[in-house]
This record gives sequence, C-alpha cells and structure tokens, in this order.
Amino acid sequence: MARVREAFITGIGQSQIGIGLPRDPLLLTVDAVREALADAGLTKEQIDGVATYPGRVTQVPGFSPVGAEDLIDALHLNTRWHLGGGELTSQLGAVAAAADAVRTGQARHVLCFRTVYEAGAMKFPGQKPYVPRGDARVEGPSQWFAPFGALSAVCWVAQYAMRHVVKYGLTREQLAWISLTGRANALKNPRALWHGKPLTLEEYLAGKMIASPLCIFDCDRYSDASTVLIVSAEDALDEVSSIPVRIAASAGCTYRHSWDQVEWMASYPTGRELWKRTDYRPEDVDTVQLYDGFSFLALTWLEALGFCEVGEGGRFIEGGRRIALDGELPLNTFGGQLGAGRLHGFGFAHEAVVQLRGQGGERQIPGDPRVAVATSGGGPLATALLLARD
Amino acid sequence: MGDASAKRPLPHLDDHNRAFWTGGAEGRLYILRCRSCGAFIHPPRPVCGECLSDAVEPEAVAGTGVVDTFTVNHQPWHPALPPPYVIARVALDGVPGVYLTTNIVGCGVDEVAIGDRVRVTFLPCEDVHLPVFEKVRD
Ligand SMILES: [Zn+2]
Repeated sequence: MARVREAFITGIGQSQIGIGLPRDPLLLTVDAVREALADAGLTKEQIDGVATYPGRVTQVPGFSPVGAEDLIDALHLNTRWHLGGGELTSQLGAVAAAADAVRTGQARHVLCFRTVYEAGAMKFPGQKPYVPRGDARVEGPSQWFAPFGALSAVCWVAQYAMRHVVKYGLTREQLAWISLTGRANALKNPRALWHGKPLTLEEYLAGKMIASPLCIFDCDRYSDASTVLIVSAEDALDEVSSIPVRIAASAGCTYRHSWDQVEWMASYPTGRELWKRTDYRPEDVDTVQLYDGFSFLALTWLEALGFCEVGEGGRFIEGGRRIALDGELPLNTFGGQLGAGRLHGFGFAHEAVVQLRGQGGERQIPGDPRVAVATSGGGPLATALLLARD
Repeated sequence: MGDASAKRPLPHLDDHNRAFWTGGAEGRLYILRCRSCGAFIHPPRPVCGECLSDAVEPEAVAGTGVVDTFTVNHQPWHPALPPPYVIARVALDGVPGVYLTTNIVGCGVDEVAIGDRVRVTFLPCEDVHLPVFEKVRD
C-alpha cells in the first residue's frame, strides 16, 4: 500500500530581474536553477521531476520561452515525471501538481520553474505583444473582446475593479496601497525591478490612467527573469540541507473559464476552498504574498482569503500600515510584481519561503513567522498555496 | 492617434458564431438557446452547458439590457480604436446568465454608469456586424 507523503519546498532560486536583459532566457533559467540547487544542497542528478507553467509558448514572444522538455534536455536531467502546460489553475498550479507528484512517490525532487522574457523579446523586429492587425481574423476566446478594443487583461480586470468602486466605495487612494506597499518593499530588495525607485501617493494619483480605475502604477511591467522552486518529498528531506517549508494545503478553482461570463473572479472560491483543506485559520497567517499583476487582484485575494469581508478590501489596506513590513499582515514583502517585476506567479511562493526561513535580510518581517499564503492568478483562474514551517 | 483606414480586429466566422456576428445585418441580436431546457448559451457552442442537449439554435433576443460594469479605456491598443472609449459588460434583458463585452457608443465616456439602460446597435465591418450599445434616453 503506497503511503502519501508530505511535500516541501526545499530550494529556491531566482535570476536577475530586468527589462531587455541580454542574457538568453535559457541561461536566466539556469541561473535560477543553480541558485536553487545550491540552496537545497542538491545536485542536478537528484532532480527526477520538472514542472512549469505554461510550457513552451511560441505564439506570444517571450511569454514562456523555455518549456519543461527544453530544460530537461538542456541540463541532461533524468526525470520520472514532468509537466509543462497552460491548462492549469494559473502559474502556481504547476507547483501544486509537483507537490502531488512527490506525495504519491512519482518523484522525489521536482524542479519547478517559470521563465519570462517578454521585455527581452521586444528587442527583436516584429516581436511585439500579440495584437491582431490587418486582415488576420481573431479566433477562440479573444474574438469576444478584441473587436471592442478590450485587447489587454487590464480592460477586463478594470471592470471588476470599477464594480468595487461603485458597489463598495473603493477609492484610488485606498487601492494605491497595493502598489505603494510593493514599491516600498522593492526598495529593500536588491533584485527588484524597481529597487531604488520610490513611489509616492501623489505620484500614484497623478499616474497615467490605463483603464479606469486602474492607472499605470496598478499594472506590472513586462520583465525578464526566471524563478525556481524545488519541491521535495518528505522521505527525501535527509538529502536536503536547507530549512524545508511544508506545502500545507493548496487550492485552485475556476467558475467559468471565460473572462466576461463570471459574476466573481476565481480568487473568491479558491480562497474559501483553501481553508477547507487545512486546520490553519486566516489568523495564523504571518505574511501574504498575493498576485498583483494588477493591483486589484491582490485586493480581491485579501477578501477571498477571509482577511476581511468582501467589499472591505479598500478600507483594510487604507493608509498601508496593516500590510506594511512591520504591520499585522505584511503583503508582498519582496515588492510583488508591481515592485519586483512580472515574475508571473512564482515570485510569491519564492518570497513566502524566504520569509518563513527568516532570510529576508533588510526586508525580513519581525517575529518568528511560521505560516504564509502565496497566490497566483485571480481572474478566471486562481491558485493558492498555504506554506508552513512547522 | 487613430488611423481612419485601420479596421477593428474582427472575428473569424464559423458555424457556431455566425448568427451572433452577422445577425445585425437584419437588425437582430441572436443568442444560442437550448430547445430542450431553454437555457441560453454564450459564447456559442454546439451544446447546452445546463442539460447537455445538442439541440441548440439561435434565438433573436430583445437587444436591451443594463450596464453591469464598465471601464473607460485610455490606452491606445490598436490603430482602429483611438482612446478614450468605453468597454462595458452588458447584462441582456431576458437572457439570464449571459453577459456581452461591448462598447457603449453615442455618448461621452464620462456619461456611462453601472445600471444604465442600454440598447443594441450594430457596427458593420465587412461581413460582421459588431453589437455595440447606446444609452436608452428617456
Ligand atoms: Zn439545455
């Protein structure tokens, strides 16, 4: 009878983060792999699984230039299990799947990665973000948005944010604190894209409007980077030299995978589902690393995870004290994607591990943090991980 | 910023979406409906998501509705769509559970609010008639 094991994050690594980096995206990935292996005290020969989201994508330049099989082949990895696909409950769905693989004995150490090169890809002629031009007709889900000029996810997220403005009285002065907190924390993260570039409330309020009520500072920026997380089985921990962090629970939900047919975003059912799978409660959480590709998504995660009531997110973050590094619920302590760059989901789990190990340096939260939540997505797709050093 | 010669991105027509995208030629907004249980189906697919029947066919709907939510888009994404313009999600009267992403036209971008009553009007582009909405003045 096979035994179900616990799953742990045992190694973390990250490349430099930049815009238009000259380094090949495979080499950025390898930079993060080297750091994660050294962090865990493992060699590449011990890696027997690989997981990534969304796998190699060629249609959108730089969105995902390195697939699971690219990395397996390039590094001569001998794997027993791998996954690289976009039909998951968002980016961290790959980490949740890796956890299941080690729990069921299909692998002992799974290397999970997310590599983004959207800024770098724009250096090349014709490599612009995908916008239909000329005579090309639009197929698939985009046909319901593109003819009306809803050509970016911001056009969809903004509409949910607008509903919060009208229904619950969310103000720009409140929403600003997602971005301001991320940018303040980025000042203490040397790797962050916006390190050394503070942002004030006045600058935020004067920011160029993109899709009301979201301005330029509510949107992350295309970046080049790779983030790696190694997920290991409980019975393989004796091979590891780092402080392991347990994946105590995970959840991933969707209502309908159609951006404009849902009443609420997927973050809401996902947050509720997470707490059904653990004895931990929201009040046990020491820090939250919440997806902020758009600021409003992080606000919905605070509501979805039960840190405040639905509709109360604006008042919860107002003034920024509560979610500051030394507040009662420190948020996006590495800067989030608004401060550190568009790492696309994996940065949140990476930082949760940093904080739970007490390795945050200048940005380390006080006390003895034991429990963290990391999320990705929030629109039609959402994933939440509950991570614990217990 | 806008380019008068540019045209909007247009949908590729197929057997499932053709009624929706071309009904405007006869002034009608068609939504697929299940003949078995009466549920509406959107985006169009050849099966009812409620009862799994494949007896689905387009039905002309009233074409009126309410602005469920919206945004004023200020970013130039496409030469045929100079900003600012309103992107809205409209809940259609008599078509429960279906929303359309669309534009609100015929008024200033600062004149749109959640809850506004709107009516469909069609924007002809080649063989496609894009359903956009204008406010109902009373
Ligand atoms: Zn039916």
